[in-house]
Amino acid sequence: MVKEIERAGIPVVHICTVVPISLTVGANRIVPAIAIPHPLGNPALDPVEEKKVRRKLVVKALKALETEVEGQTVFED
Amino acid sequence: MNKIRIVHYINQFFAGIGGEEKADVRAESREGVVGPGAALNAQFKGEAEIVATIICGDSYFNENVEEAKTEILEMIKKYNPDLFIAGPAFNAGRYGVACGTICKEVKDTLNIPVVTAMYIENPGADMYKKELYIVETGNSAAGMKTAAPALAKFALKLAKGEEIGAPSVEGYIPRGIRKNIFREERGSKRAVDMLINKLKGEEFVTEYAMPYFDNVAPNSAIKDISKAKVALVTSGGIVPKGNPDHIESSSASKYGKYDIAGYNDLTVETHETAHGGYDPVYANDDSDRVLPVDVLRDLEKEGVIGELHRYFYTTTGNGTSVGNSKGFAAKFAKELVTDGVDAVILTST
Repeated sequence: MVKEIERAGIPVVHICTVVPISLTVGANRIVPAIAIPHPLGNPALDPVEEKKVRRKLVVKALKALETEVEGQTVFED
Repeated sequence: MNKIRIVHYINQFFAGIGGEEKADVRAESREGVVGPGAALNAQFKGEAEIVATIICGDSYFNENVEEAKTEILEMIKKYNPDLFIAGPAFNAGRYGVACGTICKEVKDTLNIPVVTAMYIENPGADMYKKELYIVETGNSAAGMKTAAPALAKFALKLAKGEEIGAPSVEGYIPRGIRKNIFREERGSKRAVDMLINKLKGEEFVTEYAMPYFDNVAPNSAIKDISKAKVALVTSGGIVPKGNPDHIESSSASKYGKYDIAGYNDLTVETHETAHGGYDPVYANDDSDRVLPVDVLRDLEKEGVIGELHRYFYTTTGNGTSVGNSKGFAAKFAKELVTDGVDAVILTST
């Protein structure tokens, strides 16, 4: 799906837990997520802290969208 | 000759420990066969024996690759095997990646032959087919009846050091290796024959399949995200409560498009996941953990982004064929363009 969206001309960032799969699939902008059943959350935290963590990931994804990339790029911390 | 000693790797599901709710169990080793190992052992007809089975949860492996590799390697060493087998993983993505990863590690570190088995569209196949023998299987565990004998036969050959023939003969996924062989007819004659068959519309088999590259070049970055319309897409199966369009829990044949104009937050009352490939407890409890509507709504209010697109697109990514996924996205990407969406955040579990 990532590739088809990119092909349509829209920049796309893939937030995903298993980065090697995303690389194989062909995503160009990749932001590693937290865990498979909760990529953008952490149920061990209280809701306020958890939302902060989620916001951090989303902001990182937005930054990735604002960054020119040549090829596949993983946006680590 | 002594019996060939084999260590077998399987996931928590095939070990009978449990499904997704148990996918985070750590690696353990057990003497002898567990689950599908019995079918393999039966095929060995006394020539080889599974001396131990390593079991590891798919999520644990993929979320802790380095630790898992080290732990499992230690377990394998203790049994001093002649051969290592992982799977079959069929079309289970994380299981396939785990099988490929651990096989490569064993091959590189312990220097013994390794083999795994999976469906050709399993992401693990694409990642490891060049380095490993991967016996091709059907896309679901229903194919165990044919997969187990094929894997066992191949494993025996490999352990005995017999020559491994072409992929089409031996049943493994092509690794892109070319071998010099003698043919009756010279190349020019074979090429012309092929061309004539092609012109006549008859069948011909190429001797050198062109590699299939399908990378899409990245689009230019967004200049000013505070003016951009951002859309959410997910393969994590988030749907309105009750899954109104009945999106399948795996091998999805459709996607959903849902209005989030009225939502500042996804809650246990409003949304859930239809995905059958991960433990749904956390996503059902708060779907923002997969589809971050709450945070994007805040960022929209604060002017960090221009606008959150009023529709999100969703499907379940597990076992869904590449063909279907491509078809879904090709269709909705057009709508996104028409709707003036500038950027997409796609989330996957």
